[in-house]
Amino acid sequence: MSLAEKYPKEIRQILAKYPPEHKRSAVMPLLHLAQLQEGHVDRHAMQEIAALLEITETEIASIIGFYTLYHDKPEGKLRIQVCTDLPCALRGADKFLADLCGKLGIQPGETTPDGLVTVEAVMCLAACDKAPMFQTQGTNGIEYHEHMTVEKTMELIDGFKKNDGEVK
Amino acid sequence: MTHVLLRHRDIPNINTIDVYKKNGGFEAFKNAVIKMKPEEVTNVVKNSGLRGRGGAGFPTGMKWQFMDNKNWPHYVVANADESEPGTFKDREIMEQNPFQFLEGVALASYAVGANAAYVYLRGEFWQVAKFLDEKIAEMEEAGFLGDKLFGTDYSLRIYTHLGAGAYICGEETALLESIEGKRGQPRVRPPFPPSFGLYGKPTVVNNVETLTNVPLILSKGADWYKSIGTADSAGVKIFSLSGRVKKPGNYELPFGKTFRDLIYGEGGGIIDDRPIKAIMPAGASSSLIVADDKALDTILDYASVRTLGADLGSASVIVIDDTVSIEWVISKTIHFFKHESCGKCTPCREGNHWMLSVVNRIEHHHNPEDVELLLNVAKQMQGKCLCALGEFATMAVVTGIERFPQDFKA
Ligand SMILES: Cc1cc2nc3c(=O)[nH]c(=O)nc-3n(C[C@H](O)[C@H](O)[C@H](O)COP(=O)(O)O)c2cc1C
Ligand code: SF4
Ligand code: FES
Repeated sequence: MSLAEKYPKEIRQILAKYPPEHKRSAVMPLLHLAQLQEGHVDRHAMQEIAALLEITETEIASIIGFYTLYHDKPEGKLRIQVCTDLPCALRGADKFLADLCGKLGIQPGETTPDGLVTVEAVMCLAACDKAPMFQTQGTNGIEYHEHMTVEKTMELIDGFKKNDGEVK
Repeated sequence: MTHVLLRHRDIPNINTIDVYKKNGGFEAFKNAVIKMKPEEVTNVVKNSGLRGRGGAGFPTGMKWQFMDNKNWPHYVVANADESEPGTFKDREIMEQNPFQFLEGVALASYAVGANAAYVYLRGEFWQVAKFLDEKIAEMEEAGFLGDKLFGTDYSLRIYTHLGAGAYICGEETALLESIEGKRGQPRVRPPFPPSFGLYGKPTVVNNVETLTNVPLILSKGADWYKSIGTADSAGVKIFSLSGRVKKPGNYELPFGKTFRDLIYGEGGGIIDDRPIKAIMPAGASSSLIVADDKALDTILDYASVRTLGADLGSASVIVIDDTVSIEWVISKTIHFFKHESCGKCTPCREGNHWMLSVVNRIEHHHNPEDVELLLNVAKQMQGKCLCALGEFATMAVVTGIERFPQDFKA
């Protein structure tokens, strides 16, 4: 299904935020919207956004490449992005990441064999006083999970699997 | 003292419009639009001594006065990118005291004649943006945003715009590029945003915390605000305290307290009561300060912190104790800046690349020649980069090696 068919109201609201002669500004919110469907921006969505905003697909690809939250390839349905930046690392974030990956049997950056969960190390998420912490990126957007333990994270992953790919 | 910014800690549910209104909310904005000229609003802010809280500490009222009145329309952009490692104050403001922040955006907009304002949030603040959208809708419904406000000719709309993960988009011109739907790469300055900003139009860019001060400055007056803090730095500041302290978190203090007050008073001291070793007062882009008694007794304001060879910046105070090696600290900061360099200019792009490969070597083996090389590369970058990120990337490296030589001994 095209974006225009699936999200007519959202697209209208997004375009209304910017002066009509600067509709290119809508590219970032539209990419966020496109990513909700599949967890990444596929070729069709890129073409559709390019046509809507009258910019080239190459320009869209360069924007996807520049910003870390956009993905052009499918990975795990749930991305667990653990902050291991300096302030969190001073409060045990590196060990948390290593323990979590150990439990899942993967390395940071890898996806579990069932294709469900990708674990990544990311930079500061503005929650430095609540380490260890991570954000999840999935089909319902981005959520913060703070003061985490490996046990709590495994429960979250189990819940995600039971709920058919929804973080509950 | 009750809070000026973190007022939700004194007033429960101030993030609901009714409670905000009951506590004087929107009266400053309404009064300004009905009774004051725009330049009068700017003058009050100027006289209050308020300086930008995004890092550079530039006088806010003066910035508003720089707006080019021969070129229209004007825009206001709130910088909610909050990506400096160690900074987490703007998020708390937006989640807990959103209307005071939005009223600040509205007052800034009225003062510079803007009819549209954007709040640029880092993409990770997806939930915060949704929440602010709801609050903006409530303000429209209650008649505080929209057309012909309070029966005057003034109209204002506020929109949120989500980034997508890029520290450099906190730099104001990269941020504007990003709203324009481009890759977030800084522009050559001058011209500065008040003459050439969003869509090439005059634009005020202010940090969330800066703007959140404005409603109370308007309602209580410039003299009230000026009476708080020090002669150099008026008012209050939120310190994001992180690292090896017992009680990390946001603490709103008047300027003029000391590092000791913050770290040992508010923060409860060091984990396991270990000795403190170093302080980074402005997040990862900060210089490393040797945490001796002189430093701990230094006053927290822009001018005093400078006497320690560091900037207060966004006041994101990262505390490092004696369990931590400075070589590890700088490998973390280099990693960060290498990842976040936008790649537009060579000294920053290549310099960060080299610093990372050398520091990776040093982590395995403290070869004095490598330490010397790292210091050299960092100093070569200084003064040559297009935006301040390149400079930031060198601060911890240079001060770490020079001020903590024992941590780099073979
Ligand atoms: C690399 C870089 C990152 C920055 N990140 C932020 C940020 O996340 N938030 C912010 O308010 N200012 C940030 N700034 C400062 C802004 O460029 C700008 O000075 C500030 O938004 C102005 O607002 P103020 O005068 O209210 O402080 C950053 C600057 C640089 C060079
Ligand atoms: S200094 Fe770094 S971040 Fe700034 S413009 Fe140059 S490459 Fe980009
Ligand atoms: S360092 Fe992890 S959230 Fe800031």
